[in-house]
Amino acid sequence: MSRQRAAGRALAAAAAVLALAVAPATALAAACPRTSVAAIENEVMCPVCKTPLGLAQEAPQADRERAFILERVERCESKDEIKTALAAEFGDEVLALPEDEGFDLAAYLVPLLGLAVGLGACALAVVRWRGRRASAAAPAGSGAMSGDLSGHDREVSPDAAARLERDLERYDL
Amino acid sequence: MRRLLSPVPIAVVIAVVALLGLLAYGVRSTAPDATLEQALATGDRPTAADTRLPRLDGRGQASLAEFRGRVVVLNYWASWCEPCRTESPLLERWHRWLSGRGGTVVGVDVMDVSSDARSFVREFGLTYPMLRDADGATQRSFGIVAYPETIVIDRAGRIAALRRGPVDESFMRSEVAPLLGEGS
Repeated sequence: MSRQRAAGRALAAAAAVLALAVAPATALAAACPRTSVAAIENEVMCPVCKTPLGLAQEAPQADRERAFILERVERCESKDEIKTALAAEFGDEVLALPEDEGFDLAAYLVPLLGLAVGLGACALAVVRWRGRRASAAAPAGSGAMSGDLSGHDREVSPDAAARLERDLERYDL
Repeated sequence: MRRLLSPVPIAVVIAVVALLGLLAYGVRSTAPDATLEQALATGDRPTAADTRLPRLDGRGQASLAEFRGRVVVLNYWASWCEPCRTESPLLERWHRWLSGRGGTVVGVDVMDVSSDARSFVREFGLTYPMLRDADGATQRSFGIVAYPETIVIDRAGRIAALRRGPVDESFMRSEVAPLLGEGS
């Protein structure tokens, strides 16, 4: 009986060891590949073609760069690891980020300038809209005469108001 | 007329002019630099920029200044470039000839996968000093836009000739060999 129990324990231990050995390999196989050439090629440049790698077709340098990426995809490297390897191989320009000098500086400045102009235009529109609202609301409470002259916020002298009243009576209006 | 002088049309006009200016600047700044050709055409020999780069085999760095006093055939190439394959045996042959006469070929591998470049060097049995310009930073000072291109530097460190495209025997004979007889 005790021999049977010992054998059972040994079997259970062997199964546990086997499970531990197989589990990481299975997990790794499930996670590999972690990225693809297609996922990376639109986020990096072909340095010689000066275009994103995804747009560089039939260019020998682009083909070599794709082979470089594929080699690492098959080695189960992540997208970030592959991008780091690309930058080490071709310099930071390969990461599709414009330089911060010369003409490429425009890539950073133009959006900022556009944002500033947009904000300025919005502020101007708000100021004009508020001005129009204020001028439309003013006659209701500040007019010198009621009724007829609404829409005009000019002051009318008492003489002129009396004359206007007389004219309206005379013409029976 | 008064409407045209209001802020919005003025802002639109300024924005359009600024964008056109940016476009013109972009076209000008990305156009190939022909300064070297112009200087050489008038008989000038501009001083070559001191280029410092890592060696392709990973053993430290080298600079053009180290070759001062020798005639340098500075060849920009890449392993994926077909014409580079054609000219490499000729460059190796000339390097062997030049090295005993005060000259050398120096290769600069540009924007290339380094393992491919090392395979290329082994395949053609190239023995001349080989540098690596990973991002092409040094080629701008020579106005290089395609591969291969070759800059010939005299013993005084001045650019004496250049070839946009593969070199051949007649270029080496007419532009390189005569420089060996010049003093530094």
